[in-house]
Amino acid sequence: MPQSAEKVLDHAPLFREPEYVEMLKNKKENFECPHPGEWVDDQREFTKTWEYREKNLAREALVVNPAKACQPLGAVFAAAGFEKTMSFVHGSQGCVAYYRSHLSRHFKEPSSAVSSSMTEDAAVFGGLKNMIDGLANTYTLYEPKMIAVSTTCMAEVIGDDLQGFIENAKNEGSVPREFDVPFAHTPAFVGSHVDGYDNMVRGVLEHFWKGHERSEKAGTFNLIPGFDGFCVGNNREIRRILDMMGVEYTFIQDASDQYDTPSDGEFRMYDGGTKIEDVKEALNAEYTISLQHFATRKTLEYCAEHGQKTADFRYPIGIRGTDDFLMKVSEISGKEIPEALRMERGRLVDAMADSQAYLHGKKYAIYGDPDFVYGMARFILETGGEPVHCLATNGGTAWAKDMQALFDSSPFGKDCKVWPGKDLWAMRSLLFTEPVDLLIGNSYGKYLERDTKTPLLRMTFPIFDRHHHHRFPMMGYQGGLKVLTDILDKFFDVYDEETNTPSKTDYSFDLTR
Amino acid sequence: MSLDYENDGQLHEKLIEEVLSHYPDKTAKRRKKHLNVAKAGDAPEAAEGQALSECDVKSNIKSIPGVMTIRGCAYAGSKGVVWGPVKDMVHISHGPVGCGQYSWSQRRNYYIGTTGIDTFVTMQFTSDFQEKDIVFGGDKKLEKVIDEIQDLFPLNNGVTIQSECPIGLIGDDIEAVSRKKKKEHGKTIVPVRCEGFRGVSQSLGHHIANDAIRDWVFDGNGNKHEDFEVGPYDVNVIGDYNIGGDAWASRILLEEMGLRVVGNWSGDATLAEIERAPKAKLNLIHCYRSMNYICRHMEEKYGIAWTEYNFFGPSQIAASLRNIAKYFGPEIEANAEAVIAKYQPLVDAVVAKFRPRLEGKTVMLYVGGLRPRHVITAYEDLGMEIVGTGYEFGHNDDYQRTGHYVKDGTLIYDDVTGYELEKFIEGIRPDLVGSGIKEKYPVQKMGIPFRQMHSWDYSGPYHGYDGFAIFARDMDLAINNPVWGLYDAPWKKKAPAPMAIAAE
Repeated sequence: MPQSAEKVLDHAPLFREPEYVEMLKNKKENFECPHPGEWVDDQREFTKTWEYREKNLAREALVVNPAKACQPLGAVFAAAGFEKTMSFVHGSQGCVAYYRSHLSRHFKEPSSAVSSSMTEDAAVFGGLKNMIDGLANTYTLYEPKMIAVSTTCMAEVIGDDLQGFIENAKNEGSVPREFDVPFAHTPAFVGSHVDGYDNMVRGVLEHFWKGHERSEKAGTFNLIPGFDGFCVGNNREIRRILDMMGVEYTFIQDASDQYDTPSDGEFRMYDGGTKIEDVKEALNAEYTISLQHFATRKTLEYCAEHGQKTADFRYPIGIRGTDDFLMKVSEISGKEIPEALRMERGRLVDAMADSQAYLHGKKYAIYGDPDFVYGMARFILETGGEPVHCLATNGGTAWAKDMQALFDSSPFGKDCKVWPGKDLWAMRSLLFTEPVDLLIGNSYGKYLERDTKTPLLRMTFPIFDRHHHHRFPMMGYQGGLKVLTDILDKFFDVYDEETNTPSKTDYSFDLTR
Repeated sequence: MSLDYENDGQLHEKLIEEVLSHYPDKTAKRRKKHLNVAKAGDAPEAAEGQALSECDVKSNIKSIPGVMTIRGCAYAGSKGVVWGPVKDMVHISHGPVGCGQYSWSQRRNYYIGTTGIDTFVTMQFTSDFQEKDIVFGGDKKLEKVIDEIQDLFPLNNGVTIQSECPIGLIGDDIEAVSRKKKKEHGKTIVPVRCEGFRGVSQSLGHHIANDAIRDWVFDGNGNKHEDFEVGPYDVNVIGDYNIGGDAWASRILLEEMGLRVVGNWSGDATLAEIERAPKAKLNLIHCYRSMNYICRHMEEKYGIAWTEYNFFGPSQIAASLRNIAKYFGPEIEANAEAVIAKYQPLVDAVVAKFRPRLEGKTVMLYVGGLRPRHVITAYEDLGMEIVGTGYEFGHNDDYQRTGHYVKDGTLIYDDVTGYELEKFIEGIRPDLVGSGIKEKYPVQKMGIPFRQMHSWDYSGPYHGYDGFAIFARDMDLAINNPVWGLYDAPWKKKAPAPMAIAAE
């Protein structure tokens, strides 16, 4: 009998016990009708070839293991960055269960959102009644300061009009007339979660800015982070830096406290976030800057329409990314970059110099949202690495052009290639045919690591199978240190694994590296 | 073994009143029907087979907008539950990217196979609908998707099309595409109309998925397995999705008692196991809610009897093994006794080790399928008491069956809202809550131990004797971890924290 009370065997060792191995072998042989082993072997080997790669990259309709989610997820994340705001997603209810689960699995935190629970009758008659009842229930039960409405694809396909519906609900007394109900249409069949983020943030600004006079306050700016699974660590680091500089700014959409509430006996449904008064006041800022270009295009467009100057970055990590950000902030505010930040910069450069022998010429594959891939590739180039395969399922031609320009800016970029719109099954072919030293992505990358034996670093949303990384910053010089250290740790672990067989490989099992 | 306890029905009645008083009137009226306190049956000591109590609530009706229901949708019921685990088929999430993305690899349906080559469970295949597909229809794209699957994954044994919301709204004819492609590729192609807006929860998705098996696998597949030799002890295990290996920890017991498990639905299953199911002698059904439909169909059409069983905890396992054995006569009955006896020392050791650490601890459950009732006795085997339970998507027959498990005064909540669950937990302060990922972190913030009872919190198996040891260990580690005593900063002292028990 394999199991015992003294040493309880978990699933991994339990099913490797002889009784189970035998049982599963019999199941396969007698009942599963499997393909002959050599067919499986042949096909497995075939998927590693250039021939398969070409077929794989030529796909026109089928998407396999994409690295993107749908718009409303981004909208729910965006709403979480505003004070006491409840997300209300208009459409089928299963979607909301999915967004909440997805966000909770990454952040290891509660994720509250409600649905208007539309069913077949609403598909026929429209979801107005669901909106009227739903807003009233949400307002009464969860006492939010604001309800941010977005849509699932069901509501979009039948063409429900959010503005009219919300107006109707207010007329019916679902929520008080003056209660804030910003909204954004977030069709799942357009773009990805980063566009849903963009639409929702823009929707919030529109709600508070529309029809208001702007009186510019020179030298002040708004900062929008973009969809970021590392918002907990990053937003706090960005705030620390900006506070060091003593600049006047408004952080718009800050989910860092919402997705990092303490355990002290109280469940906080809402915590932190940009205050509504601050969102209103933000209209008067001279500038709005975004940390992620591709996640805020429409929002910045809207800010520009109001006469604000805009600037954006592409997930600023590493030396130059942070340099650019700081210099822009300095330019806008007229404040000097303090010496303390120059010291932080120097320390990151110092660390990179100390470790450069282990980084120079290393090859990487990077995937994720377009801004993340850009920012990460830029840092890798700074370390003397080559980001050979850069892939974003939700990246388009504009992103591909930006990436190419980045490659062209460095001699280390000459063999690098950008893969807009491709998925992780395509990445599998790239890794088999043109192997790299390290894969940078998220938890889904573990299947690529298993199949291609490329070591994986989880550095972007979603991360389900490693805990707490998102609580540490990646942005800024300090964040760069974390990224650098994680990369180096991975390489050193690989070296040690490859050199730890006694009397065979352990002549290289060096104590000092 | 039945643990003797009663719950504080009065407190529970009061909690129901309190939560309802916060709702808008119209909503309070509707929610009232879903909340109740179990009442003891007529006899003080319920006779065998008689319900211990009545759990009279309304169920399987629409969720109320805006209340934060925990339910999912029909797609989740079909792709996520019934079809997704079938390992040698490719399941297309047909529509926009999200549904397939959020459900990708999240149900822990364990399997053996080479993923991406002859097995496809932990992959996300989608037609990734764009605006033009909504406007012009997606049938052409679907055809191409199926062709590309055949080209790149030639060892698949079939394809299912899991419809997302837009499919039914834009009038696509996925059935026609399926027939055409079946002819072209000579493989089973199953269209499933599990659009998320259908029905009121996951439940209709199960039913639709069951019907798709009937219509697109059983019917019209001719005599594909004519040469399969049937035996007198052939059974199908129905409604075990092999979460964390549950079906394997169950199969080993059934085989040990001399039965031949010819099909497991649908954890670690191949299409062949589904196709051949009508040849079995008996269907053993674990998750009644999600797969009773196809069992009833097999009974009507092929004359196969079915029986429910419960492999959570030693009391129910033993009772189930005996009940199953009755269908096969004295030899198998004797085998069942031998199996029970063989595992008794393990059971005794597990109970001896963990019961003292868990005795008298109270538990609230809120899950789906069979678990709101099936796991109750497993907790009681460890001396723990169930104070409240409810179903995400149960029907009336589930609540009737629950009466056989719960004690007088147990709080019953159907399709509970986020608000209600929080208030109930606050009011009762159980020692453990068993529910899902969305509930885990709010509950833990309140300082109450929690285990996910959908995914086994990344542990398992929990079925069978081997699983019971893991179940007991997991409940112990959740409740007796020292972290729960660290919540209060010492300079802001409230009530003294409970003493943790160190692991042995």
